Amino acid sequence: MGTAVRTNAAPAWHQRRVRIYDREAPLGYLLLVPTLLVLGIFLLYPFLFGIWLSLTDSELGNLGNFIGLDNFRFEWRNTDGVFYTAVVNTFLYTGITTVFKLSLGLVMALLLNQAFPFRRFVRAALLLPYIIPTVLSYEAWRWMFDPTFSVVNWLLVNTHLAAYPGPNWLGVPFNAMAALMIVNVWRGTPFYAIAFLAGMQVIPLDLYEAARVDGATRWQQFTSITLPMLQPVLLVVLLLSTILTFADFQGPFVLTNGAPYNSTQLLSIWAYQWGIPGGAISLGAAISLVLFPLLTFVVAGVLFLLRRPE
Amino acid sequence: MAAVARLKFRKPGTGRVIGDSFVGRAIRIYIPLLILLVVTLFPFYWMAVTSFKSASELFDFSVSPLWVRDPTLDWYRHLFTQTNFPRWAFNTALVATISTLISLFCSIMAGYSLARLRYRGADAIGWGIFVTYLVPPTLLFLPLTFVIRELHLFNNLWALILTYPTFLIPFCTWMLMGFFKGIPRELEEAALVDGATRIQAMLRIAIPLALPGILAAALFAFTLSWNEFLYALIFMNDSLVKTIPVGVTQELIHGDEFFWGELMAAALLGSVPVAVLYSFFVDYFVAGMTAGAVKG
Repeated sequence: MGTAVRTNAAPAWHQRRVRIYDREAPLGYLLLVPTLLVLGIFLLYPFLFGIWLSLTDSELGNLGNFIGLDNFRFEWRNTDGVFYTAVVNTFLYTGITTVFKLSLGLVMALLLNQAFPFRRFVRAALLLPYIIPTVLSYEAWRWMFDPTFSVVNWLLVNTHLAAYPGPNWLGVPFNAMAALMIVNVWRGTPFYAIAFLAGMQVIPLDLYEAARVDGATRWQQFTSITLPMLQPVLLVVLLLSTILTFADFQGPFVLTNGAPYNSTQLLSIWAYQWGIPGGAISLGAAISLVLFPLLTFVVAGVLFLLRRPE
Repeated sequence: MAAVARLKFRKPGTGRVIGDSFVGRAIRIYIPLLILLVVTLFPFYWMAVTSFKSASELFDFSVSPLWVRDPTLDWYRHLFTQTNFPRWAFNTALVATISTLISLFCSIMAGYSLARLRYRGADAIGWGIFVTYLVPPTLLFLPLTFVIRELHLFNNLWALILTYPTFLIPFCTWMLMGFFKGIPRELEEAALVDGATRIQAMLRIAIPLALPGILAAALFAFTLSWNEFLYALIFMNDSLVKTIPVGVTQELIHGDEFFWGELMAAALLGSVPVAVLYSFFVDYFVAGMTAGAVKG
């Protein structure tokens, strides 16, 4: 029996395969039903509904009338430039933190890829900021940046890195924005590191052996083996991270919530402030919708930057 | 000569170069690692130290604030007896568990279907699921308030259980697709030739082999729902249905008064479950990233 199958294996397999795949379509669609149902009701429908909301004068719990683009007009003209501040801040926040997270994440991954004692423990410890609930660790940072009892300032003053009483972290526009970015980098870097580490561990070791035999320095090995081999990971990580940072809400909400004087306002926070405490849900929807084209634009940019050289 | 001198021998598997001096390794590895560790862990250390300080010691910076002189458990006692913290912890665990299960159920099926079965439109749907990343919760929460109101789910934990999968499923599906693609097709084909149905091949062969991936996806999903803040902030107003992140930020701050000791005690306790989970499963976490990012 075994030999019989083996002699005419190719045609039998082939036919079998065709028939099997013919029957795969119904099962394929069936398995997608729950996913498409959930995403349809709680993602696609609200998204389309949100577009309609932004064109109405709806309030919290009360559907309004169609008013065309008035919400967007109000957003652009009548909000004392807060809209522009929010857009600029959102881009700065995403751009600057991404550069730092990317480079620090690479350094962290290179270090973790070395052999040293307690490696497992160190790896788990460095991962902590990313997995601990954002809101909770940001509360700790808010306490560390307290206007009068800041332990960060205590450390800076006592190591003579800053003059007493040290910077007012959350009360001055520039400092508050910097604080937001510092904490975001603190939280986001491990994500990059762990992804890069995963990418590094599948690079074949003989590439490095060969390079060493040819006399390549550590730096040359890094730029001509490690970096190019990390390209696919880099693409995915950059995409995910830019999207999440661009639409970040919880961290900035806890740390500054737009204060002082709307100077750290981000589109996500501003949409919330108009929509929920302010009750102008349609205006909030209009603000958050601005995120969508911008996000698409940013993602297209990332894809363009990381396109494979042909 | 220089080239020969650089030709060092590696201990197999460790990546350590024999003859590498300790000082060299210290500058290259240990010192940077130490700096990273201190910066990474300090906020958690500060959280812990604060939670054991008495009210007067909290605001006493005349001596080093980095240590507790007179440790007290008052904040923890207060948290458990005077606030709804235990209830929030229960809610968070319940919501995270059920929404993780729902998401796994959906994304195992979707991931398998998209990675393994061939039919018209599979690629397009796969892309469609990936593109949902472009619609983060920040964009959805306002219209969702109407959907939740229509379903009469305000102040009902089901509102969270049903909305969390919208950001969990795309992530898990994408990750599991990587794992399913890594399982040799021949294994399933052999079962089919032996007379198994397509569903049996999936249940008995592909899914058991993808278990590490499923565990990684579960870990991600559980953490993401444990951490979720925006939906819980908006849909849960009654103190008894709040989750830890919302309860801690909304109810432990009274006006302008910050009870940092209690706040940090709650933050620490809210962080412990995910931290413990990760210290056990960090390898699966890395494997999950590898499957999603490298193969996917």
